[in-house]
Amino acid sequence: MPKRKLLLSLLILLPFPILIASLFIGTYPIDPLTVLSMIAKRISDPYGASPWPEVYDTIVFNVRLPRVLLALVGGLALSVSGASLQGVFRNPLVDSYILGVSAGAGLGAALGIAYLSDVPGSVQALSFTMGFIAFFTTYTVAKSKGETPTISLVLAGVIVTALFSALLSIIKFFTEAEKLAGVVYWMMGSLAVTGWGPLSQAAPLVLLGFAVIFLMRWRINVLSLGDEEAKALGVNVERDRFIVLLASTLMVSAFVSVAGIIGWIGLVVPHTVRMLLATPDNRVVIPVSASLGAVFLMVADDLARSVVSFELPVGVITTLVGAPFFLYLLKMRGGSAWK
Amino acid sequence: MEVVRISRLEFSYGELFSVRADSLAVEEGEVLTLLGPNGSGKTTLLKCINALLKASGAISICGRDIRSYTRNELSRAIGYVPQAHAPSFPFTVFDVVLMGRVSYLNIFQQPSKADYMKAEEALSTVGISSMRDRVYTNISGGERQLVLIARAIAQEPRLLLLDEPTAHLDFRNQITTLETVKRLSRERRIGVVMSLHDPNHALLYSDQIALMKGGKILHKGPPGEVVNEETIEEVYGLPVEMIGHSGRKFILPKV
Repeated sequence: MPKRKLLLSLLILLPFPILIASLFIGTYPIDPLTVLSMIAKRISDPYGASPWPEVYDTIVFNVRLPRVLLALVGGLALSVSGASLQGVFRNPLVDSYILGVSAGAGLGAALGIAYLSDVPGSVQALSFTMGFIAFFTTYTVAKSKGETPTISLVLAGVIVTALFSALLSIIKFFTEAEKLAGVVYWMMGSLAVTGWGPLSQAAPLVLLGFAVIFLMRWRINVLSLGDEEAKALGVNVERDRFIVLLASTLMVSAFVSVAGIIGWIGLVVPHTVRMLLATPDNRVVIPVSASLGAVFLMVADDLARSVVSFELPVGVITTLVGAPFFLYLLKMRGGSAWK
Repeated sequence: MEVVRISRLEFSYGELFSVRADSLAVEEGEVLTLLGPNGSGKTTLLKCINALLKASGAISICGRDIRSYTRNELSRAIGYVPQAHAPSFPFTVFDVVLMGRVSYLNIFQQPSKADYMKAEEALSTVGISSMRDRVYTNISGGERQLVLIARAIAQEPRLLLLDEPTAHLDFRNQITTLETVKRLSRERRIGVVMSLHDPNHALLYSDQIALMKGGKILHKGPPGEVVNEETIEEVYGLPVEMIGHSGRKFILPKV
């Protein structure tokens, strides 16, 4: 089917034009053509003197580029983790936060903002660590006699989320108003970070997690048959599922620790991909989710920094787009959004 | 060659129910049917043979202790056909059959050309090549059963386990499925252990029958020796009569 191949290639390549176009957007007005020639010059002659004002270079390559790349990496992380978790949990309504990662990361960030705000990098480090602690708590609680049934994992995730949210409330309660605002803003999710620092922290971990899940994409199909059947076919279910969960948590925690909690991408993107391609086969769903997730978050962030004169938290935009879209899906498909 | 031999197997669900099998063996190309009412331990016994449940006692598969197998190796030796059910994702029939190849691949490997060919071959062996692009969730129960058998064949097993392959199927599909199983066991020299609850099906398609009740094997042997009015009444608790017609025997309930 050459038509299908063409569609797939287009979907996979889509992030590149969007990435370039996103560099045009921002409060400081720079003409798109200028941006294009700046990029061309950077690639052809990176060390030659630049004919543009220095501030142009700073804005395009040190403010916009790292931010757009962070959106790309983050969208990829959230949607790929959503797609893979939906596969291993055999549940369409699972997303990247089901294992308690967001609640853990939120608690870590709040601790950092409230008590360690003078230590650089503490917020990211704490939220990454706590996201992982939450995941391991969920996994340990759910495991009994060497097995972790799906239902136990989901229930444990809900409980761990509740527990960490309660702890978060206590911290918020004892935090002074000024720092509290920081915590609240972090929870909404934003890509308004500066420079290459956050990207260089998150991207390697996200790409590592992605590489693992990408290589396991066919095996996730087999895991989606359910524990007993997958086992009978020769899959080491406990080990393989743990690796998927770990890779997924790694991607999400790494991104959430620098950008806060950005919701709905992990649900909306994989669903859209399955409908668009009319297949649940993770061999295509995983790579295409990566690419459309990246596009979704880049576009959402473009909106966040252009629709009003000040910046909107991008997490609010993804929710405003994602939740109604999901409602529509549910209504149109009578609840069976798989088919 | 014996593909499976069981001795002094025992598995208990707490203190309430346990399943025992003192000695059973299946040769290659032979069909053994576990026959008995609901709750007699047939499914449990099948899961023990596939190491999905850990039983005490000894099981050897192709002459080797089952505990010396890794999960991968075991799934290359044993094809398992669970009771047909609706899965969560609408995979195509071909994709479902292809999954039978997973035990030949490592954790990060994708199926190769050779695996695709094995899956195609399994489809044509079972005689369902025309169904290859249909969606597994949209086909009938009888068709699904055949797809699961094709998937098990793609595992290239020496032993095939089937858990009530005729449950929920209509009259014709029950026979199609059982004919397929018997043919595969003969053509490919595969040993078969399946559970059934219809004594007439067991009579038609078995080389050996093990009659089960309350977790125990009460009688075992060739159909002509094992199945008669007394043994069926004993196992099912229902008065029956046995009649002969054109050289075959049939069990009818006395109602």
